[in-house]
Amino acid sequence: MRSSLNLFLLAVLASGGAVLAQTSSTYNLGRTPTQEEIRTWDIAISPDGKELPPGRGSAKEGAAIYAQKCASCHGPTGAEQGQTDFPLVGGKGTLTTLHPVRTLGSFWPFATTIWDYIRRAMPQGKEGSLTVDEVYAVTAYLLYRNGIIQESDSLNATSLPKIQMPNRNGFVPAKPAWKPREKRPFGFYP
Amino acid sequence: MNAKESGRRKFLKGGVALAGLAVGGLRVASGQSSGAEAAASPHKDSRTYGERSRFDTAERQPTGAAPYGDTALVTPIQALTGIITPAGLHFVMDHLAGVPDIDPQQHRLMIHGMVDRPLIFTVEELKRLPSVSRIHFLECNANSRPLQGPKAESVQQVHGKTSCSEWTGVLLSLLLQEASVQAGASWLVSEGAEGNKYTKSLPLAKAMEDVLVAYGQNGEPVRPEQGFPLRLLVPGWEANYSTKWLRRIKIVDQPYMTQHESTHNANLHPDGKAHWFRFEMGVKSVITRPCGGQKLPSPGFYEITGLAWSGGGTVRKVEVSTDGGRTWKNAELQQPVHRKAHTRFRLPWTWDGNETILQSRCTDDQGEMQPTIAELAKIWEVSTDYFLGSGVDHFNAIQPWKVNRDGSVHNALFS
Repeated sequence: MRSSLNLFLLAVLASGGAVLAQTSSTYNLGRTPTQEEIRTWDIAISPDGKELPPGRGSAKEGAAIYAQKCASCHGPTGAEQGQTDFPLVGGKGTLTTLHPVRTLGSFWPFATTIWDYIRRAMPQGKEGSLTVDEVYAVTAYLLYRNGIIQESDSLNATSLPKIQMPNRNGFVPAKPAWKPREKRPFGFYP
Repeated sequence: MNAKESGRRKFLKGGVALAGLAVGGLRVASGQSSGAEAAASPHKDSRTYGERSRFDTAERQPTGAAPYGDTALVTPIQALTGIITPAGLHFVMDHLAGVPDIDPQQHRLMIHGMVDRPLIFTVEELKRLPSVSRIHFLECNANSRPLQGPKAESVQQVHGKTSCSEWTGVLLSLLLQEASVQAGASWLVSEGAEGNKYTKSLPLAKAMEDVLVAYGQNGEPVRPEQGFPLRLLVPGWEANYSTKWLRRIKIVDQPYMTQHESTHNANLHPDGKAHWFRFEMGVKSVITRPCGGQKLPSPGFYEITGLAWSGGGTVRKVEVSTDGGRTWKNAELQQPVHRKAHTRFRLPWTWDGNETILQSRCTDDQGEMQPTIAELAKIWEVSTDYFLGSGVDHFNAIQPWKVNRDGSVHNALFS
């Protein structure tokens, strides 16, 4: 059982998953979602931003939205502790200290994740209430406050994924390289 | 989309906002008899749905310092017998949004992305498919993080972010074969139905190995705090891969670097570099009786017992030392012993009344042995004090308990 499963997995890995493809369903349960259903449900944004919807927003526009819808929890400028564990803004140079401050600017590796999370999860309790343009604008404002873009800059589906976050290279794959089901070197917990 | 915010959820949020002051409130909200739940529950008669003896007082506890504002309730592992954690005592970590109140008739699971046949399932359709039941632990990657002060004396506070259940559901590999995964796919993104729609990337190879879409827990539907009506169950890996209130699986060709994995879940090291995508939980064991916070009434016979587990496979051996690590004896492993499951160990011991240190170490079927804190510090290239201040994850050092002459038991990790 176990070895046949492993062989199957090896085949999957070797063929890039193609072995999974089959022509028909075995159980014929479930239904096919409509394109509209998929479009509505699919809010995951990849680092390359290919799912980003059309729209735009500037840091200036974002400042007003932030003041109205975000500041009550995150503080007037985002640099405050607010009701979260880390501020949204600042923290530069703290990652090697005993009290690292993980902000959007000091820590987050991709700007697309900021967009994804604001649309997905903010404002808390009214998730999904911001328009697409408002999400671009608030993202732009927070990037501006972290010194990553200019106040006059505006963002859209093309420009957002191109932003190079300051800590982009601060993330490393677990070392030494290790794959599930391989024996780990002693004491190494990936 | 599927989740309606309940009064209970608002209650939990209120508890979080009040932080340390809300210990009483959180306990009510997490228990089985809060006002909000009683109103909605058909089980008002304890003969139709049984309750514990009023003398059984084991409860989950809030940690009071959940990381990043999340709600955390930890399992009283010192009170458990055997290997199964009762559903009502299973530890809870949620990521800010609280517990959604989901009608299973309305709930759907969508599988889409790099597949030939995108599919939407109802919960009833999933229950018609071939099912499996498996016993697995779930452990938070932050479990066993060293604590200071009175909390360090509590095995529940230090090690209570692990629980073990019999999970019933459909193998994810079956669902993915029904959807027919396309060539080039290598990861999936799972998503929950709670307010902020928690989301996490998972390598496709693991999804095809042993992952469940679970609807059953210990013979009942999965509890609301554990993801009712559907959750992912990713055996042996950090529990945050096991997305609760599962509503969507998108098949993709790269990790999506979601908020959780780009921030809190990335393990920051002393050099300022953050390590991405740690998977399996390491080998671990802890003595739960006698343990910190307990007191031995007198010298004499005691059975030492505890739990051991490994995200890499099956527990093969647990050794116990009753003399500060000078000598080790093999403990008895209590059947059944399952892969990636809590395993109960036992060793008879007679306490002579002298000061001593009790500790256990686990070895799994890959030959991996639980390290000491000194060995871990060497691997991390830090002093042992580093583990106190840094919010370290995957901490699995041997846990020593010191027995004083008066019978009191204390955490001796740093002595």
